[in-house]
Amino acid sequence: MRTTSASYWGRDSARSGVRRPLARAAALAVALAAFAPLAWAAFAPLRVASREALFEIPRGTFARRMAGEPLPILPDEIHLTLGLQDVLLLRNLDDVPQIFGPTLMMPGQSFRLPFRQAASYSFACTAHASGQMTVDVDAHPATPWARLAWRARALWRWVRSESAT
Amino acid sequence: MKPALSLLLSLMTLIAGARAHAEAPELFAGVFDPPRAAPEFSLPSSDGEPVSLERFRGKVVVLAFGFTSCPDVCPTTLTTLAGARRALGQQAADVQVVYVTVDAARDDAKRMRDYLAAFDPAFLGATGTAQQLGAVREAYGVAAERVARGESYAFSHSSFTYLIDRAGKLRALMPYGHAASDYAHDLRILLGS
Repeated sequence: MRTTSASYWGRDSARSGVRRPLARAAALAVALAAFAPLAWAAFAPLRVASREALFEIPRGTFARRMAGEPLPILPDEIHLTLGLQDVLLLRNLDDVPQIFGPTLMMPGQSFRLPFRQAASYSFACTAHASGQMTVDVDAHPATPWARLAWRARALWRWVRSESAT
Repeated sequence: MKPALSLLLSLMTLIAGARAHAEAPELFAGVFDPPRAAPEFSLPSSDGEPVSLERFRGKVVVLAFGFTSCPDVCPTTLTTLAGARRALGQQAADVQVVYVTVDAARDDAKRMRDYLAAFDPAFLGATGTAQQLGAVREAYGVAAERVARGESYAFSHSSFTYLIDRAGKLRALMPYGHAASDYAHDLRILLGS
């Protein structure tokens, strides 16, 4: 019995000796799989297609609104980031003048507003039910932690907008 | 040969135009493209003569909206504009600040003159009836809403200023909060254009 027991423990010990490196490798792989996206999010340079965040009033918007169709033109909150996407570009493609964001825009006219200071800017805007539009301008995410936080916020906003639609 | 030469000249003109556009100094203010003629108006002013944009053709006009009892935004903006004019030195003679009230009931010509003189005696106030002032606000897309403040009242109003060039074109809109140096920077560009 003792021999059997000893051999049993011996077999178990030998088996765990084989399993230990496998377990370690698996744990390492899991850790890497979890860490790699975080490392990427922290260290990969941020890129956006354009420094301009473009919002347009499509042609026919006024007529459709007059017909009772609720047409959101601008989001209540616009998020910009210094050095990355820090220019608000509004364009009126409709046939009539429109109050668009902070200003009255003629048909075919665009309004390009650059931001140079991180802050929250509030503009009166009759296009919104709240009567107000907010432009949140974040500082340039220069450090890995800031890039990570910036990407997390962008992901969160994307998830929220997707779940709202 | 002639069509080829014509095409070449057109191309060169296009390239030169694009380069000039690319090299144009950028304003700190928001820019309208294309700029439209600034809506004209004629209102009683703080100096006794009607104020209109036509009166200041050839100068750069900074158009601000507010009211003399404003506790924060207007004093800040007017102080900033006074600082910008000081920074411009002699060029300030070609810059006219016009401050249009949104408070027709309280802001008469005398009150505006006294108020503006504390910032810069060259500033001009524009007043009028509620209808006249409302029409000007509508033309520029300016919001102003009367809000009760205990026994009295105030206004929640648009805080940006308009920059109108020497030719009377509405070129740009400066959001609230910019420094005097930003105004001076943009005004120099507009004075030179």
